Amino acid sequence: MVAAERGAAFDLDAAWQLHRQVAIRPERFGALLYHFGTRRLSFLKSPTLLAVVRALAERPSARVACTDAGVAAADLPQYRAALSTLAASQMICERTSS
Amino acid sequence: MTAAPLPLVEQFQFGLDAPICLTWELTYACNLSCVHCLSSSGRRDPRELSTAECKAVIDELERMQVFYVNIGGGEPTVRPDFWELVDYATEHHVGVKFSTNGVKITPEIAHRLAESDYVDVQISLDGATAAVNDPVRGSGSYDTALQAMQHLADAGFRGFKISVVMTRHNVGQLDDFAAIADRFDAQLRITRLRPSGRGADVWDELHMSPDQQRELYDWLVASGDNVLTGDSFFHLAGYGESLPGLNLCGAGRVVCLIDPVGDVYACPFAIHENFLAGNVRDAGGFTSVWRQSSLFTELRQPQSGGACTSCSAYDACRGGCMAAKFFTGLPLDGPDPECVKGHGERALAAVVAGTAPKPSLDHSHRGKPVPLTLSRRPPDRACDENPLAGLAIADALAR
Repeated sequence: MVAAERGAAFDLDAAWQLHRQVAIRPERFGALLYHFGTRRLSFLKSPTLLAVVRALAERPSARVACTDAGVAAADLPQYRAALSTLAASQMICERTSS
Repeated sequence: MTAAPLPLVEQFQFGLDAPICLTWELTYACNLSCVHCLSSSGRRDPRELSTAECKAVIDELERMQVFYVNIGGGEPTVRPDFWELVDYATEHHVGVKFSTNGVKITPEIAHRLAESDYVDVQISLDGATAAVNDPVRGSGSYDTALQAMQHLADAGFRGFKISVVMTRHNVGQLDDFAAIADRFDAQLRITRLRPSGRGADVWDELHMSPDQQRELYDWLVASGDNVLTGDSFFHLAGYGESLPGLNLCGAGRVVCLIDPVGDVYACPFAIHENFLAGNVRDAGGFTSVWRQSSLFTELRQPQSGGACTSCSAYDACRGGCMAAKFFTGLPLDGPDPECVKGHGERALAAVVAGTAPKPSLDHSHRGKPVPLTLSRRPPDRACDENPLAGLAIADALAR
């Protein structure tokens, strides 16, 4: 699937956070995520994506988290797709109150 | 624009700071004597790790951020400190999935297990009927397993695993296994029979025929969406479409085994001195073995495809399973004994009978005659602990 298409449903302007049951283990390629509730693993395939995921809880929106991590505008669709995948597997979830 | 990251399969070849999937066999003791037991279990080893030593290993796993361990044996639940160790692990953020034949899964234990988010249970079953299961795992083992499943379901434990080692006798029961899983709201997990441990003695009799391998592959492609495989059938990727999961031998790279006496092997199916990397009791503990042992360092070097390099399927199957080759007497840089192109069968024909390496350890129960036919053979254990169990890969960054 085309990255932009896969990420279409993800709201970049909403506030997101890592799910409370998810642990992060940095690795040289990026990081491993493990969700203790669903018992699923995911892989963050770049250090930049790891920086984005770590920043989510501290930023008003996923878009700001991406920008602050140094994601160029042209690369945003790719990161939106990655975040969409993480949301679909409950690795990240919307913040209900900030 | 940054350079595209390497595919994960290539990243994993160089190893990780800590294993993704760690199998930890807590004891060689087992109430059963499964004919294909990959660790030749039966009797406890007097050198097995003490409770304190096990807790020290768990402390290390927590520091290394090993998210969960696959605990097996032997039958791990026969250790008197088993539940204490499970509690200790989960309190220290190390999730536990344990394999059992079900012997200790009482209604009370089932309720306790159902209450924890951090414990998963895998019940071994090698036939969808007692007639197929019991000749492999032992008389009465089918009923024990199904009763354990009933207790878990009654307690409200959703999604426990039913783990099946595929053989020529049960491959025709795939739909029946799926129906059993549905009945208990469980998940089916099927793994490959390896010629490891006592499995070497019965491999000729039990491993699937080429036609059956194709049948299994087609079934997985058609109906396997919700079926776990421990990524153990990656050698079947040579048929064409890769199966979901990691199509790579993870031995020493993302996977390893800690055995009951603390020895660390490259994978659960390779209990042999050639694949022994060190011991958790050594100075530096498990962390040093994982990060610095010469064996694991070697396994993380680029591997040669050897005789397989010129094959069109090599990129898909990567030569198959190291342990399966080793214990059938094949060279490690040649085809898998169950190569889908038939190269394995030809290579096996050239192996001189009796020259395949034997496992370094045998804890089988004594005093039982070596059975000549399966129907005479007594039972056994949770043998199918597999390296990449439950590994659901979601590529988080589109390539």
